[in-house]
Amino acid sequence: MKHDQQINKNNRLNRYLISWPPLLFLLVFFALPSLIMLLTSFRFPGEFGGLAPIAPTAEETNHEYGLTLETYQFFFSDIIYAEIFLKSLTVAAITTLICLVMAYPLALFIARSQKRFRNLMIMLVILPFASNFLIRIYAWMIILGPESAFSYLINTILALFGIAPVTLLFSSFAVLVGMVYVHLPFMILPLYTNLEKHDPVLLDAAQDLGANSWQRFWRITLPQSLPGIFAGSALVFIPVLGMFAVPDILGGTGDILIGNLIKDQFLGSRDWPFGATLSIMLTLVVLAIVGLVTWLARPANRQTITNDGT
Amino acid sequence: MALLEICNLTKSFGDFAAIDKVSFSVEAGEFFTLLGPSGCGKTTLLRLIAGFDAPDTGQIILDGMDITQLPPEKRPIHTVFQSYALFPHMTVADNISFPLKMSGELPAEIKARVKQALNDVQLTKFGHRFPQELSGGQKQRVAFARGLINRPQLLLLDEPLGALDEKLRVDMQRELIKLQKDSGITFVFITHSQNEALALSHRIAVMNHGTIKQIDTPSQIYNFPDNYFVANFIGKINSLNAQVLAITDQQLELEVTGLGVVKVLSKEAVNVGAQGVIAIRPEQVTIKYYSTPEEAVDGFLGKVKDFLYVGDVTTYLVQLPNGACIEALTPNATPGRTQFFNIGDPVVVNWEYASGKFLKNEA
Repeated sequence: MKHDQQINKNNRLNRYLISWPPLLFLLVFFALPSLIMLLTSFRFPGEFGGLAPIAPTAEETNHEYGLTLETYQFFFSDIIYAEIFLKSLTVAAITTLICLVMAYPLALFIARSQKRFRNLMIMLVILPFASNFLIRIYAWMIILGPESAFSYLINTILALFGIAPVTLLFSSFAVLVGMVYVHLPFMILPLYTNLEKHDPVLLDAAQDLGANSWQRFWRITLPQSLPGIFAGSALVFIPVLGMFAVPDILGGTGDILIGNLIKDQFLGSRDWPFGATLSIMLTLVVLAIVGLVTWLARPANRQTITNDGT
Repeated sequence: MALLEICNLTKSFGDFAAIDKVSFSVEAGEFFTLLGPSGCGKTTLLRLIAGFDAPDTGQIILDGMDITQLPPEKRPIHTVFQSYALFPHMTVADNISFPLKMSGELPAEIKARVKQALNDVQLTKFGHRFPQELSGGQKQRVAFARGLINRPQLLLLDEPLGALDEKLRVDMQRELIKLQKDSGITFVFITHSQNEALALSHRIAVMNHGTIKQIDTPSQIYNFPDNYFVANFIGKINSLNAQVLAITDQQLELEVTGLGVVKVLSKEAVNVGAQGVIAIRPEQVTIKYYSTPEEAVDGFLGKVKDFLYVGDVTTYLVQLPNGACIEALTPNATPGRTQFFNIGDPVVVNWEYASGKFLKNEA
């Protein structure tokens, strides 16, 4: 009918009207900057930061100009960059794992609490966001500092076993603590969102069919929460890879990560093209890992019993 | 000895007694149905038998062993849930093999038995599918197969046919009878549908307000209800207020208010003067035309007040001289006939002596 067609047309028009602002936003503030970053990585650095001109100028012809693969050659010529990448990946992986182990029981506890307490508990989880990120990190400087009660306690316990006192601050340990602290809510929230949706009758059914509490967790709750685990892990792993503030403030001289390296290229060494190259390499590594995980998690790779030989 | 014995079971939620001193027993190999309106306590009773809830008092004895304190996973009882409760992250084959894995069967054994189970429920080609890729009837069959595969001593079924459409439900009822017969496993079936209960069960326990009103075979329950609740809940029933006038050896003489004296078979002990109702099933009421009152020698005179044509039968509502209405069900055996009587037609209402029952008012 004509009237219906009109409604359909309006619906489609509405859909475009609603979706173009975010699309435009992504285009202008994500796709375009990525493209600029990619181009930057093939340029020469300017003399005082910034970039060298694409074409030779009249007053300065001896300067390098145009496009080059130099930064990429530089990246692969020195093993140190691969080492920093590997170290950053390790820190990100360990942080993700600790967050997962810490967040899962809490998320499960909240999801299985009475409905009226759940929102309050979730609010408490996100409450730290109410104060400034840097202030919270500086607070850890005090907590981990050599004069702190925490340090004193740790060193007293170590002394009981005859171990020499340790400095907690400005170490890989401090970096890890900071990373876990900052990113824990990002693991709890997607896990909770997933676990809250689980149908409790499935646990009844599993128990009825002979599964004890451990088996119910491994065979029913955990497999169903995999999407939440993947989402939470991505939300922790990826930001940790790029994080520079935590190692800057809590780490020692040897705790430099990719994030710090990239920041230094832009602000310290003023080598924009190399900073861009590092960013591009980081993006590629992240994409490769996400791709690999997605491929591993696809349903066809899950083990199933099939009975008709297919 | 009975397979399942429920002794004096009570379960309260706050002040509300969901199950009130219930006792009954289920024989091995029986298809036993708990029937009652929603809120009558049948689901609570099932959860107690399965072990999800603990009773306040009483015992549950399975095969001579007291299982009242046993957790659900340790009871040789499986449940088919109303919502099927299939595991969404597992294939059909994995769902069915779940109980076998839990009891630690060997993979080769599991594979063979799952294959057999899939075959039994006609889902041979569906082993690799996920539950969300199945129709309602197929999901239902997976749930049956999963409940039966580990051969529990008792299978509890919680309104499993409730979510299916009418036609599929009838097919599934036949399938369920066959599954029960072939497996020989004792079924305790829960439903609020009297048709389902009558069609499927060997014995039915009719429940209301947390107590059992009558336990008997479907035909006994239907033809000889013990009380007004059962008579009214199972099928339709006409009831006319009556009082016992006299008691003879085999029959009761009743004074039916505004109609006169009616005789019925005496089944249970009542006293002269007891108040109650005379109950007759609509399909046991016959109605006939009459032109002069002399033709109506046997029965009560009445007037057709309304009728309802539903295809296979027509229900006539006949008003009696005392103002009460009585329903008569007549089968439409002759093709092309939609109704035999018109509204306002004078008719003679009658029933066979054995059809009428006296049910005394409950104190």
